Amino acid sequence: MQIGVVTFPGSLDDTDAARAVRYAGAEPVSLWHADRDLRGVDAVILPGGFSYGDYLRCGAIARFSPVMAELVPAARAGLPVLGICNGFQILCEAHLLPGALTRNADLRFITRDVRLKVDNAKTPWTAGYVSGQQLLVPLKSGEGAFAADEATLDALEATGRVVVRYDSDAPNGSARGIAGICSEAGNVVGLMPHPEHAIDALTGPSADGLGFFASVVHEFAGAAR
Amino acid sequence: MSDKDTVEVAADTPELSQPFAALGLTPDEYEKIRQILGRRPTAAELALYSVMWSEHCSYKSSKVHVRKLAPNEQQSAALLAGIGSNAGVVDIGQGYAVTFKIESHNHPSFVEPHQGAATGVGGIVRDILAMGARPVAVMDALRFGPADAHDTARVLPGVVSGISFYGNCLGLPNIGGELAFDACYSGNPLVNALCVGVMRHADLKSAVATGPGNKVILFGSRTGPDGVGGASVLASATFGGAEGKAAKRPSVQVGDPFMEKLLVECCLELYAAGLIEGIQDLGAAGIACATTELAAGGDGGMNVNLDDIPLRDPTLGPAEILMSESQERMMAVVSPANVASFFRVCAKWDVEATVIGEVTGDGTLTMTWRGGTVVRIPPRTAADGPVYDRPMSRPADLDTLQAAGPDGLERPKDGPALRETLVTLLGAPELADKSWVTAQYDRYVRGNTVLAMPDDGGLLRVDEQSQLGIALATDGNGRYCRLDPYQGTQLALSEAYRNVAMTGARPMAVTNCLNFGAPEDPAVMWELAEAVRGLADGCAELGIPVTGGNVSLYNQTGNNAILPTPVIGVLGVHDDVRCRPGAGFTTEGAQVVLLGTTRDEFGGSSWAHVIHGHLGGRPPTVDLDAERRLASLVVAAAREGLLASAHDLSDGGLAIALAESCLRGAQGCRITLPGDPFTALFSESSARALVSVTPGQEAKFAALCAANETPATELGVTGGNTLAVKATFEVPLAELAQVWEITLPALFS
Repeated sequence: MQIGVVTFPGSLDDTDAARAVRYAGAEPVSLWHADRDLRGVDAVILPGGFSYGDYLRCGAIARFSPVMAELVPAARAGLPVLGICNGFQILCEAHLLPGALTRNADLRFITRDVRLKVDNAKTPWTAGYVSGQQLLVPLKSGEGAFAADEATLDALEATGRVVVRYDSDAPNGSARGIAGICSEAGNVVGLMPHPEHAIDALTGPSADGLGFFASVVHEFAGAAR
Repeated sequence: MSDKDTVEVAADTPELSQPFAALGLTPDEYEKIRQILGRRPTAAELALYSVMWSEHCSYKSSKVHVRKLAPNEQQSAALLAGIGSNAGVVDIGQGYAVTFKIESHNHPSFVEPHQGAATGVGGIVRDILAMGARPVAVMDALRFGPADAHDTARVLPGVVSGISFYGNCLGLPNIGGELAFDACYSGNPLVNALCVGVMRHADLKSAVATGPGNKVILFGSRTGPDGVGGASVLASATFGGAEGKAAKRPSVQVGDPFMEKLLVECCLELYAAGLIEGIQDLGAAGIACATTELAAGGDGGMNVNLDDIPLRDPTLGPAEILMSESQERMMAVVSPANVASFFRVCAKWDVEATVIGEVTGDGTLTMTWRGGTVVRIPPRTAADGPVYDRPMSRPADLDTLQAAGPDGLERPKDGPALRETLVTLLGAPELADKSWVTAQYDRYVRGNTVLAMPDDGGLLRVDEQSQLGIALATDGNGRYCRLDPYQGTQLALSEAYRNVAMTGARPMAVTNCLNFGAPEDPAVMWELAEAVRGLADGCAELGIPVTGGNVSLYNQTGNNAILPTPVIGVLGVHDDVRCRPGAGFTTEGAQVVLLGTTRDEFGGSSWAHVIHGHLGGRPPTVDLDAERRLASLVVAAAREGLLASAHDLSDGGLAIALAESCLRGAQGCRITLPGDPFTALFSESSARALVSVTPGQEAKFAALCAANETPATELGVTGGNTLAVKATFEVPLAELAQVWEITLPALFS
């Protein structure tokens, strides 16, 4: 399986995402922001970072990048897409996911190992987990508070589109403790915490995050059979 | 003075009065420039010499001392480049080389904490980049006025947010550093930023302009009026106004970390493609410095056309263009055949690049502007600068200070009083939990961080296959250095060396940031000289080289200098990063052992400072041989898997180390103290560490201690949820956590 990892000029966690893909047994393929080309990959990761500096709203410019012009229709057609941190922000700006990520409640950047609870273990990125499973994964962001209007939040919960929540109080003030959501079809997932930084106990707080990448690899292998 | 002040005009108007004093030059220095040129300098030349001969750029007061840090033959065995280059380069084996350096951004960080600290990170990262290395991590050693002082509430959060903003956006993990408080830093905080980079041996780059006909290319941000004269003005004189003079206008630069990220990736791609002959970062003194240093380092000639420099503000004249400290700029020397390819790489990263000149063989740095020649100088005369051997004298009050030792201070006499002392110290800002600061930094990015604060040293994986890694720590102690700068500096070196060893890494090289007051004060110069002598002797004894560093003078408010504060960074090499004991007790039922010798040593200690507000006596004894044996022991024990944890003893002694190990690993311990409980708990004797031994390996570890001639005292065993000291006191970890964690959030949130 080939999983594309998009590099915007200000992407920072692209090498980490590629490493996680390798650990999960797939081949990472580097995708360049300025190319209207997904190079035939089977899934795509939008990694963390500051895409184009993000001095404006995070992801607001990345949404208009050439690679996104290819990615948006592919995602709507069912391509598995995982947006992590800045990637989540970009997915919201591109309207592949509802809501927005806003400044943390205390207005400071937060790096912290957070406990997450899996709410939806049916997306291609979470099928390797069980519902209710707890994960220990780093959170590191300045604009990580998920926000949406009440009707949207109600609908997300009613339709099982909350993928992961902060197990205790959200450190960033996220609405209803939401740490990650998915699209209606489930193939597009956005996460604020960083599973690619929790793929082994040497460099992360746990290896709990590897399941996101292993899930999509396993799903792909199942579909190919 | 007119900007159309050309060389010809200067030659014709020798009597014209020039504002050299306002630019920070002395009458003697101005006269020397006239002698060099055989005429008066043009306005642009005067600006160029003034920034190049500033204390910040020329090290004119410290050079005679800092020279003593040059490594001897044995020390430099593992060096690929040493002092004189932008930063030293250390061979860590397997074809990898590491370069690291620490630099001050003290004065800008007081004027505008957020941008001052942010651009401090940016500057040191470009230094490392200019050596050909990929920057892989940063650290920050920070010192502020009293934590509860009104202005600290402005300066500290601003500095931390600046480092967070710049470093996080650049994608460099922040893996450690220091945070200290003392009244002497109230009007002059210390913001020292360290960066480390990794490269292959073959990738080492040099800052020279060779090959006549090669093009000089400026790339990165455009040049604006920001920070004109910043380093030379800010860092080379105290904040003015003392004698009713107008204060010099502060000029702090504004940072753009996104542009720096582009510059990093762009440079690395240019290096990989072999498109660069020479490279220089633009820091203090901007284009003036980059052109003179490139020209002085090469064949000695360069023509630059100032009209070709892309400007953010078209009204800038030649002097301002030369002095501007606009951030995120680099200068490269490129052969004509490679220029087109060079531009293609820059275009890919959206980095603006412009040919501004050419290398010549005529030994002269020439600059033209609007048709006239505004600079024509021998570049080495500007790059080398004057050298002063300033008067020195031992501080008049030092004998009195050393005589007023801590012996008369009232000591806690019983269990409850010792318990109270521990709790008070643990909650003191300088010893309390630093998470409020470090949680604002990204320590995970790049995915190679094995240990970061609050562990003793930062530890990075360099190679995923071989598990080769590097460890880094910085330490400094202004109180020790005030009491004895020679010994205090060796104590800082000892502590950083020890901290690196605690990760399981072999200490290999040293960098330093020498923060002192005004060099015209003979007492300050004596402290600086003693500190340098201590560092040189210490490094020679430990057999490790100083690979570079930075001197920051004029750290004072009015006539009051800061405590002499050399900050020492040590780099170590780790053969297998998987064998790294953390600082925390993580294993239940593990034997707890104190390594080293404890003496009754409280001069300059945290106890004397926090409990009694006292500074006097002598700092702890230095024993570098014991440090080396302790380091060898811990490194060997870590490699053999004998250690469940390792934590160095420093500020606050054993008591604080025990509390930190318990809290870090969420595991209590029950111990028995040897000898006088107060001395055992709070003395700050050097060359000591607290370890817990992997269950079942006790005998093997004891044998290793004996083989390394390191005293090992069995204190007790880990387990439970209290810190229990037999027949003395018992404190629940929850209570320790409460006092430890609440301090900084309560002050700064």
